[in-house]
Amino acid sequence: MSPSRSPSTQPEAAVRGRAKPGGAPLPLLDPASAALLHGQYDNMLSCIRCGLCLSVCPTYQISFAEEEGPRGRIAMARAVAEGHLPLTPDMVEHSQTCLLCDACTAICPAGVHMEPLGTMMRELFLRDRPHGRRERLLRWFVFRKLFADMGRFRRVCGLGRFYQRGGARWLLRRLGVFRLFGLTTLEQLVPAMPHRFLVPRGQRWQAAGGTPNRQIGLFAGCIMSTAYAETDRATARMLARSGAEVVAVADQGCCGALHVHNGEAEGARILARRNIDAFARLPDAAVVVNAAGCGSTLKGYGHLLRDDPAYAERAVAFAARVRDVNEELAGAALPEATTRLDITVTLQEPCHLAHAQRIREAPRALLKAVPGLSLVEMDEPALCCGSAGIYNVLHRDRADTLQARKIENVRTSGAPVVVTSNPGCQLQLEAGLAQAGLGGRVRVRHIVDVLDEAYGGASAGDVIEEPAR
Amino acid sequence: MLSEALRAELRRIVGSAQVHDQPGQLVAYSLDGTFAQDPPDVAVTPATTDEVAQIVRLAAREKLSVLPRGAGTSLAGGAIPIGGGILLSLARMNRIIEIDTANAVAIVQPGVVTADLQAAVEKLGLFYPPDPASLNQSTLGGNVACNAGGPRCLKYGVTKDYVLGLTVVLADGSVLKLGGKLVKNVTGYQLVQLFVGSEGTLGAITEIVLRLRPLPRQRSTAAAYFDTLEHASEAVAAIIAAGILPVTLEMMDNTTINVVEDYLQMGLPRDAEAMLLLEQDGGDEAAARADVERMAEVCRCHDAVSVEVAAGPAQRDALWKARRAVSGALGRVRPNKLGEDIAVPRSEVPEMVRRVRQIARDTELPIAVFGHAGDGNLHPNILFDRRIEGEMQRVELAAAAIFRAALALGGTLSGEHGIGSLKKEFLEEDLGPVAVGLMRGIKQVFDPQGIFSPHKVFPERGGSARADFLRALPSLDGWTPG
Repeated sequence: MSPSRSPSTQPEAAVRGRAKPGGAPLPLLDPASAALLHGQYDNMLSCIRCGLCLSVCPTYQISFAEEEGPRGRIAMARAVAEGHLPLTPDMVEHSQTCLLCDACTAICPAGVHMEPLGTMMRELFLRDRPHGRRERLLRWFVFRKLFADMGRFRRVCGLGRFYQRGGARWLLRRLGVFRLFGLTTLEQLVPAMPHRFLVPRGQRWQAAGGTPNRQIGLFAGCIMSTAYAETDRATARMLARSGAEVVAVADQGCCGALHVHNGEAEGARILARRNIDAFARLPDAAVVVNAAGCGSTLKGYGHLLRDDPAYAERAVAFAARVRDVNEELAGAALPEATTRLDITVTLQEPCHLAHAQRIREAPRALLKAVPGLSLVEMDEPALCCGSAGIYNVLHRDRADTLQARKIENVRTSGAPVVVTSNPGCQLQLEAGLAQAGLGGRVRVRHIVDVLDEAYGGASAGDVIEEPAR
Repeated sequence: MLSEALRAELRRIVGSAQVHDQPGQLVAYSLDGTFAQDPPDVAVTPATTDEVAQIVRLAAREKLSVLPRGAGTSLAGGAIPIGGGILLSLARMNRIIEIDTANAVAIVQPGVVTADLQAAVEKLGLFYPPDPASLNQSTLGGNVACNAGGPRCLKYGVTKDYVLGLTVVLADGSVLKLGGKLVKNVTGYQLVQLFVGSEGTLGAITEIVLRLRPLPRQRSTAAAYFDTLEHASEAVAAIIAAGILPVTLEMMDNTTINVVEDYLQMGLPRDAEAMLLLEQDGGDEAAARADVERMAEVCRCHDAVSVEVAAGPAQRDALWKARRAVSGALGRVRPNKLGEDIAVPRSEVPEMVRRVRQIARDTELPIAVFGHAGDGNLHPNILFDRRIEGEMQRVELAAAAIFRAALALGGTLSGEHGIGSLKKEFLEEDLGPVAVGLMRGIKQVFDPQGIFSPHKVFPERGGSARADFLRALPSLDGWTPG
């Protein structure tokens, strides 16, 4: 027999090592890390270990390994918090391979909330084991420079436009430069840049010949306002058609989702404060966003800024104003669509819409209201596509497996159009379809673009755009 | 800790990605649906019967313990690798091998999730009735090993009534096929049935032949509320006596109703002493509905305060919502819960509930009672916080008192969860020394070295249970990784 350990006779010792208020810090970690763990300890204790989460966890469903499922990840985090387990390499790896898709949160009968637990662990890992110089430099550039300043972000995207339209992409691909730097996946995932960005400066949209019934602040986003600027405009038009006066509030920026999900909470807080300040100009308006990932991050500002005395209350109030475009439009009185769309579509539900925000009926109701449109459900519509922010760059094997599974589900649905409402999903689906040789046969569209088409698009002339006052 | 040579051998058998031996991985495999915890020395996730056989041969040679398990959802501590050894997870063996519509049987690997099989056979107009509350996550291998039940088992029987054949890996690593697609088979001892409910102590199940039924396509549902337990229990007895065999006859007590109402605010009557959920199914909608109307009438005659009959699927879902929310709602009251599953003769249900309430008062612990009133299988759930000084001792007192109350009423320790490691010290009180002695003899025949699932089912600490039977269960204390 294997050597048997003597069973404990002191269950209270299960919390040994926990940083109690005023008590001793954890033996294995510095006080600040212990405080991070302590902040999520009750969340960990909520797990009743029933295992229901395993049935929806994408990484468990492709591995059937406990350490790749929510229950195992919580157990590992708790063992760290209780001083039983140091941050071993395998613990860190399995914790970070969580997609933060929140499918487990949505199904958990006991109320465990995975997203704050997972992001806390990433902060902890960064503290414990700072990355090498190359990654530190990359992180500094991406999180503190690129996504921190929308002006700079747009200039970089402008360069991207130049690069895609000029011969540089062709040349660099031919020379294998991306392969050299291990950036092939990343390069494939950079979207095609449109000729015109949407720069939020206070411009307004409203339906022609009507009096607006409410005001809406449009959250333009970083990728959305550049690569998908036309979707932002379509969003403004659709909201205007629903009776709102829509304002692209000036001085807003990136929501900070990438930062939060990669352990850069401080960077995310800087962005959050800026957005809260920017939208203070429209204090009574709903803040409507068309990217599911951004929406769930904006709705989480209360948690993000909970320890900031100047912003904690304002963050909670701001978060309460945030609405995904699906829920806003489904809850508003839209006029009848003007154009029949005889298409069959299938719906890919973004994790941060279906699970994190629990919005599942609204997109279906909106699509079904489009005359001529037929919606066929794919299998596993709410199983993560593997995009998950920059997960598809950091954990490529798992992301590829999930992407292939999603594409297969799209293919067997038989629909020539996949509708979604998150830029990461859009890019991941497009890349996956191209790889599967379906690029020409199946199109990926944002739900707002489909709806806008049913109302005649930009050329309908039913919405007036006013420049900033 | 296993030697590197043994780990290398395991990697050769299943591939290195299927050997889980790093510290975090061992913690992830240290638990099941209870609060106890003990890491294995290694967890392996094989894909075939042959790989399982090779692993067991290695374990037999090295005298290492082997704990076969599916999704690790045991509520009796049956899936915790107490004392370490090899945790044999069969979760990856999750293929439905065949659904034979001509014979109405399915052949499955043990890792198939119960709900997945149900969905697959229902597409073909067939039905696999056993429906443990964990059916969305628990596996058929685990269901068979623990003889799982569920609300529908009142009418359709439990898992054992559906197992026609098994492939098992025995303790010497040999592979035994038992039974098959035959519905009738009385040749020799019923060894298939011996493995059903054996909780992994006799061998590892690697393939299962399951009997299926025609799918009843219609359902009708009602809920009834009572202001005394007696009235509810009398209504249950009267329904059975009236010759109605409903598919479901579930009960929730006042504590459970209030816990669910705290959680969902769905307008349940907080002062009701009992809620009954009644359901009938069948091929004929009118017949199912007629049975439910008759049951509703019986409830009214037994002083039900109110009775709601669902008019359609939406109303039915609303009625089920309260019952389905019980587990989660209980999880939010206190950090820990101990869910028991004693069974008593149906007529003793009200007395059992009364005794549980007295036990709750005596031990000053919230105990919610819900369960399958129709077949006498109740789930008293003790809600507690193990961090509070002295609370665990009171939980032990309460649990032991519940077991003994059930036995005194002619009942048993477990109706559907199994004995596992939580209840093993009470086995002899239930079965008596002769039966436990026979079980030990059977165990000796199948597994002379005792490698399969040690520290489960059989009492280890003398004739009667020790007062610290829960505190004696392992935790991570004293464990050092690596």
